[in-house]
Amino acid sequence: MIQEKVAQSTASGEGPMLLSLRNVGKAFSNGVTALSKVDLAIREGDFLSLLGPSGCGKSTALRLIAGLSTPTSGQLDWRGSIDRSKIGFVFQEPTLLPWASVFDNVWLPLRLKGVSRARAEPAVMEMLSRVHLNGFENAVPRELSGGMKMRVSIARAMVTKPRILLMDEPFAALDEITRFKLNNDLLELWQDERFTVVFVTHSVFESVFLSSRVVVMAARPGRVHGELAIEAPYPRDEAFRTSPDYAALCRQASDVLVNAINSTAGPHHDGH
Amino acid sequence: MTATEDNALKLDPEEARRVRQERLEHIGKWVLPMAIMVLAIWFWDRICVWNGIPQYILPRPGVVLQTLHDDAGLLFSSLLVTLKITFLSLLLAVIGGVGLAVLFAQSKWVEMSFFPFAIVLQVTPIVAIFPLINIYINNQTTKLLLCAWIVAFFPILSNTTLGLNSVDRNLRDLFKLNGATRWQQLRYLRLPAAMPYFLGGLKIAGGLSLIGAVVAEFVAGAQGQSSGLASRIIEAGYRLNAPRLFAALILISLAGILIFLVLSLVSHLILRRWHESALKQER
Repeated sequence: MIQEKVAQSTASGEGPMLLSLRNVGKAFSNGVTALSKVDLAIREGDFLSLLGPSGCGKSTALRLIAGLSTPTSGQLDWRGSIDRSKIGFVFQEPTLLPWASVFDNVWLPLRLKGVSRARAEPAVMEMLSRVHLNGFENAVPRELSGGMKMRVSIARAMVTKPRILLMDEPFAALDEITRFKLNNDLLELWQDERFTVVFVTHSVFESVFLSSRVVVMAARPGRVHGELAIEAPYPRDEAFRTSPDYAALCRQASDVLVNAINSTAGPHHDGH
Repeated sequence: MTATEDNALKLDPEEARRVRQERLEHIGKWVLPMAIMVLAIWFWDRICVWNGIPQYILPRPGVVLQTLHDDAGLLFSSLLVTLKITFLSLLLAVIGGVGLAVLFAQSKWVEMSFFPFAIVLQVTPIVAIFPLINIYINNQTTKLLLCAWIVAFFPILSNTTLGLNSVDRNLRDLFKLNGATRWQQLRYLRLPAAMPYFLGGLKIAGGLSLIGAVVAEFVAGAQGQSSGLASRIIEAGYRLNAPRLFAALILISLAGILIFLVLSLVSHLILRRWHESALKQER
């Protein structure tokens, strides 16, 4: 395995260690090795992107972290014991309850913990205003646009004040204008609250714009190929998106990604 | 610009034709079946007159209507008996069907073990089972109810089971992540998700419970034990009272239509805000 260290991972992480994956592997009964010997250290306050081609196991890694699946080998060490409710998860699709109003959808995680509507209301309304959905609390999902549905999904994940937010290609299905807007709003939210984010994406540009660390993964078997610290200061805005610094970082990340793709043995490199 | 303003005011010929077509279809949907109906009744009347067919073979529509009026007391009290059986058995079918589906949803093993027997019950013709029921059960109403229930509960059971099992995988993960209990998952996720499927089953079961009630009455009525509409039909047949036979038939048919319309309305009201089936097609 080629381990390409573009930058020292310790250089970017300021906060204390939150979670470390040590030698983690995941194999499925159909013979696919989704992950092999993954080492990853996630520090509190990180905005970490997992970047890689399809089939590199980034979603599998996220599901392992979420506890939705257990590793075949290796282990995950949480600092202290983490309660499941301290993990927020945003899926690729908005994954809302289609019969429930926006309010009820955001209320859901609290409701499952036995919080009444009245007691949940302040938290839900605050979260809705944080994702700029004031006035939509009574709408049902089908009355919303794709971007708004994703905002509801983010609000739902954040309403429990999670310590770590796991996002599985959340903006992949959105148009570019909406994606940029949501990128900006997500960064704003992250800077205010300083939770930890693990963000799965296959977009070099998105990962560089958002993250403090980009971890590049390679496929067959899924593994960590290299890491890149994105040391551009926050807040990052539209000016950063068009700056030469950003372009240079994208190029760097892209080079590592191309390297990762080429390192994959096999007759074809185009995913499937 | 002026071009856009013109577009807003004046439709191009193609669009105008589409709008006209839509309007015509909307009217035709109601008017055409009515016209066919009126025409058919008129034709029925004419056939009776032209061929001089006697009343005990084919009564004229006017006579049927007159009978419906004259025998109203008898016919409507019979209709009430049949409807009572229909609704009670539909209610029991809902309770039994949904209850069993929820039980099946708790464990794949339970479903695997018992579902085949529900199918056996469904595919065996009720007319063939009835003599057995007749031997084992004495109470007339219970007999009829059981028959109608056997016919009506299956579509509710199979549809609700399908609905409970077709919950989005990610939503299931979301509930798991938030530590939802089995009961919470059922209440907040699986039951609402199964609602459109259940309502589809209910619409079928509504019609079937009427059929079940009528068939059961037929079998029971042959022994002179029932007072529902089906036994009125048999009775009228024996007495060559064709007008009453037709009147009873019309009442049964109307009851079936009414049940279907009411259940469709209920389904629409429940689903109209969120489910694709209840939404108008958007362009």
